[in-house]
Amino acid sequence: MEVFLPYLPSLLATAVLLPLVSFCIILLAGTRLGDRGKPAAWIATSAILASTILSFFSAGIWFAVHKTPVPHVVGDTHHVAEHHAPPVITGHGYTLASFAGADVSINYYVDALTILMFCMVTLIATCIHFYSTGYMHEELHGVVDDEALLANGESLRRPGRYARFFQALSLFCFSMLGLVISGNFLMTFVFWELVGFCSWFLIGFYVERPPASTAANKAFIVNRVGDFGMLIGLMALWASLGTFNFGDIHGSGTGLFAQMRSEENHYELKVPDGMVRLAAANRIHEMALNSAEPLSQEQLNAKVDASLTAWRDGTSSGDTTKYGYSLLMIAGLGIFCGCVGKSAQFPLHVWLPDAMEGPTPVSALVHSATMVAAGVFLVARSYPMFLPEVLLVVACVGCITLFLGATIALVSTDIKRVLAYSTVSQLGYMMLALGVGGWAAGVMHLVTHACFKSLLFLCSGSVIHAVHTNEMPQMGGLIRKMPWTGYTMLVGCLAISGIGIPSILGLPIGLSGYYSKDAILEQAFSFRHFNPVWGTLFFGTACGGACLTAFYMFRMWYLTFLGEPRSPHKHEHAHESPKAMVVPIVLLAVLAVVVAWPIYDWVGLPTLARTIEQARPAGIWQDMAGSHWNVTMPEESKGHVSAVKGPVGLLAFGAAISGILLASVFYLWKTLDPTDVRRSFDPLYRVLFNKWYFDEIYQAVFVRGTLAVATCVAWFDRLVIDRLIDSVAWLTVGIAGLSDYWIDRRGVDGLVNWCSQQTYRLGSSLRALQTGSLRQYVMLIVVSTVALFLLLSFWTYSLAL
Amino acid sequence: MSFLCEPIGLSHYLTVGAFLFVTGVVCMATKRNALGILMGIELVLNGAIVNFVGFASPYFRDENLGLDGHMIALFVIVMAAAEAAVALAIALNFYNNHATIDVDRADELKG
Repeated sequence: MEVFLPYLPSLLATAVLLPLVSFCIILLAGTRLGDRGKPAAWIATSAILASTILSFFSAGIWFAVHKTPVPHVVGDTHHVAEHHAPPVITGHGYTLASFAGADVSINYYVDALTILMFCMVTLIATCIHFYSTGYMHEELHGVVDDEALLANGESLRRPGRYARFFQALSLFCFSMLGLVISGNFLMTFVFWELVGFCSWFLIGFYVERPPASTAANKAFIVNRVGDFGMLIGLMALWASLGTFNFGDIHGSGTGLFAQMRSEENHYELKVPDGMVRLAAANRIHEMALNSAEPLSQEQLNAKVDASLTAWRDGTSSGDTTKYGYSLLMIAGLGIFCGCVGKSAQFPLHVWLPDAMEGPTPVSALVHSATMVAAGVFLVARSYPMFLPEVLLVVACVGCITLFLGATIALVSTDIKRVLAYSTVSQLGYMMLALGVGGWAAGVMHLVTHACFKSLLFLCSGSVIHAVHTNEMPQMGGLIRKMPWTGYTMLVGCLAISGIGIPSILGLPIGLSGYYSKDAILEQAFSFRHFNPVWGTLFFGTACGGACLTAFYMFRMWYLTFLGEPRSPHKHEHAHESPKAMVVPIVLLAVLAVVVAWPIYDWVGLPTLARTIEQARPAGIWQDMAGSHWNVTMPEESKGHVSAVKGPVGLLAFGAAISGILLASVFYLWKTLDPTDVRRSFDPLYRVLFNKWYFDEIYQAVFVRGTLAVATCVAWFDRLVIDRLIDSVAWLTVGIAGLSDYWIDRRGVDGLVNWCSQQTYRLGSSLRALQTGSLRQYVMLIVVSTVALFLLLSFWTYSLAL
Repeated sequence: MSFLCEPIGLSHYLTVGAFLFVTGVVCMATKRNALGILMGIELVLNGAIVNFVGFASPYFRDENLGLDGHMIALFVIVMAAAEAAVALAIALNFYNNHATIDVDRADELKG
């Protein structure tokens, strides 16, 4: 396998480009492929299948060369990972533009995280492509859309869009894989926007339905807010460091990560020289001005270099400012801001639930498993650049998001919305994990969540496909009609609740969510050690969130599959979905169970935990203390000592079980009536049902605010600017009228007219001579000649005198 | 009466020329018939020719002028013939169109 290592980037690049090729083919050929666009599905599916095979082959090559380190998740083993940088392949593809010492180019950054994301994205995308061939079959024919009414009240009739769906899906896969492999922030940003565009297109797939087009626009606009912050972050990086590259492409130490965490500094986060220089520009200026004799550029640079350390640490005399620290914070917060938008974190989480207006496979692929996880991925990728202060913000945002999402999911009745809010909540978990120093925990949850959430969405799609409604109050008792869907969804619910048994044969065994969620809780708990207030808050919320997660997932499952059918008509017509849909679901269910198992070691395969451990960025294995705020990130292995693992494991298990029991009490055994509870907590229920009034607040503050400002500006426009312009125009017209009358008509025209008039008059008077009578002419000639003769004679005579 | 008794000299030529000229002019000025006018023109031209011939006479000067005056007379005769042809054609056309050769009726171009 080692011999293939040089070809690894090419393999991955092919995996990225195959979906693009499929997109182009479908774009150009489309429905002309025949059979109402059905071949489009096979082109797209085979492209992503080929990408999957390439990705797994690349993974095989990678792990054959780079053995995974022993992770520290087992028992008391303290981390054994040596203090060296993780294996990374970086390379340069194509230079787009190059300035003095800085360039904008297409390059790649491949490490275990990239490989892991490639495998995850392509595998899930393949499952969803297969699933879509069944789910979207209605689009093969003309569609009568009952949810899109025409002005005359009739349902809209339109041709099917089967090919277009797969076209967009292919473009999305290309963008997502491009985002994962990109080796610099600019490329990341380009693909970031591209996945955003695909998301916009797919949410608005049923563009004629008003909610769908509104939701698409909402998603796009809300993401713009986040991306604006991201641009600010990128500006801070570019202005100070002049590079966007993650890795060292132009010689060692030039990449962003190497500048932030250099090897000679033992990979500890240090404000890079460029940032200190930019922040201390005033001091440098002062230095140049105050020097006794004029300094050459080299001398100045040398003096500045000598003072950089003092400036960075705030130890220079008379000035304790830590130059560059705020700039690094701005860069980190800016990038995180983009992630907040993309990953639907508080306060930009409002778009994700609305995005469920898109077709269900899209919800599964784009809006739960991959694209929304891109934000978490980017935080994980740029983790070496994040200061503890930034991470604290990440943790706070994640904590709030997980709480909001979980509480709203409690009362939703739309099956896809429950899952959407659950996604919001789980993304909050990932951010929380990353924010409290749990890099591996966050990434692991990203992967496991992708598996079980896409499974849950596909199951819900299968249910919707069967009963043609999203409303859980109209379902119930479906387990008998669709057992495959029902039991696989149960697996998904158990996985997301994090069910597992803390110890069998010395190994904890459970579903995939168990490993990742426990890791998050453990990290939050160990965060308490350094930061008691924050840590307690985070840990408490995360535990409560785990309980709520179990509760709302099982509420959903009970309402959908158990009990009496609440809508007999719909129940009667329900049926198990076709094989094309069931097979991917089952595959994902298996994945949701086994993906995080640590037992693959025994046969020499890399486990998920070890893979992530290998990808851990350099320098994350040590505690990290913030210097502005009093916050310390504990290194991750501290969460895995048995003193933490034991009680936290029990607490997490208790939380999940109590959530399931609570759901059973309400919806299975019906010991308590949910409507009674709702009535007794009516105000709270209302707040939750209205999603904490976020949409209303945003409507009132931002939408109305914008409209109010726009109205004021329009008023100013009409009353002041328009008036001003009107009066200028009026004045111009007046002056033009005057000059027209006096200069043009009276002056120029008058002269011309006078000339012509005189000519005319002369002509008129002369025409009287033209009598036409020959005899008269002759007489005239004779008389004139005689007169002339006489005149001349007199003249000569008088001269002679 | 010395004029009549003198031998033929320049003044006799000029007198005849003037007479012919005035006759022609009067003819042109009084006739309404186009042919009459043409005749008048011929008379005027002939008056002029007589003058030329007269001035070319050896009596007029001591030195001989050669045949210059005679040559011009011949030219004028040729030119008059051509002019008559054109004029007659005009007259014929005019007659074709208006069934008259009264020049007073030819006033369509008057101002």
